[in-house]
Amino acid sequence: MNDMRIVERTVDTQNTKISARNVQVHYGTSHAIKDLNVDILDKTVTAFIGPSGCGKSTFLRCLNRMNDTIPVCRVSGEIKLEGEDIYDKRVDPVQLRAKVGMVFQKPNPFPKSIYDNVTYGPKIHGLTKSKAELDEIVETSLKKAAIWNEVKDRLHSPGTGLSGGQQQRLCIARAIATSPEVLLMDEPCSALDPIATSQVEELIDELRSSFSVVIVTHSMQQAARVSQKTAFFHLGYMVEYGETGQIFTNPKDPRTESYISGRIG
Amino acid sequence: MTDLSASGMAAPNFAHPKSSLLQQTTLMKRRNASEARFKAYGLAAIGFSLLTLAIVLFTILTDGVSAFFQAKLNFPMELTAEVLDPKGNRLREEMTAVTTIGYSKVLVAAFTKELAAKGIVVDGQAQKEVDGLISKEAAGSLRAMVLANPQLVGTTIDASVLATGRIDGYVKGRVTMETAERDSNVTPAQLQLADKLREAGILTSPFNWAFITAPDASDQRPEAAGLGVAIIGSAYMMLLVLVMTVPVGVAASIYLEEFAPKNTWTDIVEVNISNLAAVPSIVFGILALALFINFAGLPNSSTIVGALALSLMTLPTIIIATRASIKAVPPSIRDAALGIGASKMQTIFHHVLPLAMPGILTGTILGLASALGETAPLLLIGMVAFVDNYPSAPVEGFMDPATALPVQVFGWASRSDPAFIERSSGAIIILLIFLVVMNVMAILLRRRFERRW
Repeated sequence: MNDMRIVERTVDTQNTKISARNVQVHYGTSHAIKDLNVDILDKTVTAFIGPSGCGKSTFLRCLNRMNDTIPVCRVSGEIKLEGEDIYDKRVDPVQLRAKVGMVFQKPNPFPKSIYDNVTYGPKIHGLTKSKAELDEIVETSLKKAAIWNEVKDRLHSPGTGLSGGQQQRLCIARAIATSPEVLLMDEPCSALDPIATSQVEELIDELRSSFSVVIVTHSMQQAARVSQKTAFFHLGYMVEYGETGQIFTNPKDPRTESYISGRIG
Repeated sequence: MTDLSASGMAAPNFAHPKSSLLQQTTLMKRRNASEARFKAYGLAAIGFSLLTLAIVLFTILTDGVSAFFQAKLNFPMELTAEVLDPKGNRLREEMTAVTTIGYSKVLVAAFTKELAAKGIVVDGQAQKEVDGLISKEAAGSLRAMVLANPQLVGTTIDASVLATGRIDGYVKGRVTMETAERDSNVTPAQLQLADKLREAGILTSPFNWAFITAPDASDQRPEAAGLGVAIIGSAYMMLLVLVMTVPVGVAASIYLEEFAPKNTWTDIVEVNISNLAAVPSIVFGILALALFINFAGLPNSSTIVGALALSLMTLPTIIIATRASIKAVPPSIRDAALGIGASKMQTIFHHVLPLAMPGILTGTILGLASALGETAPLLLIGMVAFVDNYPSAPVEGFMDPATALPVQVFGWASRSDPAFIERSSGAIIILLIFLVVMNVMAILLRRRFERRW
């Protein structure tokens, strides 16, 4: 398994960005996440792996309260972003999502121009109104998302006209244009071909310098390639959490080992 | 390891009998035959509906096109000052003293003079029969024309006056010598005279603008009846219905679709909106009569009451169409907007509504089209009344009595004179033109707003 190589990467910081304590999530009567505790570090890529239906996407969507849009979903426990409980009554999820951006499984650009896609976030958050600053935001965001060279000549053509991989990078540019502190990615490469995937993966590694990135992935190879920390989910429990290298080479829990070696999942 | 082999069962053996691919099996033949049969049913259904449509259009056109032409008598007419303005001051106030009797004397005199000039002999016919060719409406419209412009008195004008309905029917082939024998309103002698007048170029049948612009006329004067008031009434009502239903309908749909909690109450509301769409329209007429006329005291037969009744009727349709198109917006767009921190309002107004717009517009215009063709509720609120005056300009005009196109069709169709059957087919043609225009608008707007994702 050549692509299971684990790149030597050091964790730059030990500052906790998000800490979750004793989190429980219920969908109606089913208990989707049980007793979850985790500390997600700043300027680090954290990967959530695990078989389908194990709760990793659910937990990801708890981190920016996207689960609020699902009426039957109940979250209890405590999730703190830099020490502030994001499920506090005083927290407006809209304000939270400006700090915790999200990229979805399926590329979902707005049916507007590439330019409007990127400037939408900064505009609604009132970051700037001047044309020059917006132009600058568009350029830097698209450059960070490694798509600038491909679209700089057609910024005003519709974002939906791009290819799948380009659309996903546009969505990443859109998410980072609001300068969030955390970027959540829910299987961002599942709809992409290997070439687009590797582009997005390189991008994720670069984004680490500015954000804390949390990525849900079905591909263990991808987790090994891009992340510094990995959490393994199974049947609603977070079974194991640690340095990516340790999880893949020397897992402590037998379930993690079975999953990584392909016996379950 | 599949479940099957794991459980130790042998794979069942449904082997196909050996057969050639070049030969259809019996089962295959049966399947193909049933497919062909189904296609034939569909084709027959479409053929039948197209045939029906063609018959309907053909009937309406053959009956109705003649309404757009009208027999007229053209002759020079001296507006004799002695009769029309005895005091000679050309003052409107003084001239109103002369009634239509005075004007019809002038008309008859000019007509007789023209007959003599063209050498048309009217031997053995009573003067009454000759005068009877001119519509009773003619004197009234001549009076209105002269009173509007008193300076015409004393001059000679090229008059073009309406012939009576029977002569009009003779020109169009509806009245024949045989029917005239049995008709108390027209004699064969008059028809022969009409033939002579046609040869002399006095009796012509030009395009009938008055059919589109004039107000309705009484039972005895089908030749003067027009759709003016009905067209204005329908246009006012469509305007009011649009203004009243779109904001309310769209707001209600957005609330129900995006904000309302899912509980028993919203379920009840939802079911009842669907029920309201199925309520017979006449029920809305009774509601409007009780609520807007008897309780709120709005004037009878006014366009505002008609529009309110039609709005109540159209709202469920618009709400259902709008909700369906809001629902059809892909959830990924909502997620995208919420995910970068748009509020619910922003998500709806920046992303959901623009994408739902084509559906909303189509639903609205189709709702309006059905309101335009609606008759029953308008009958109950008095819009079937005979309205001779044009409603004034908006906004006060909304309070004035008017009638509507479908009601006018109904009213004319129920009158006894066959001339009105032609008029009501003509009115249907106008109504259909309105509907086609609205549907084309719906298609164009849909194209204009449609965006792909």
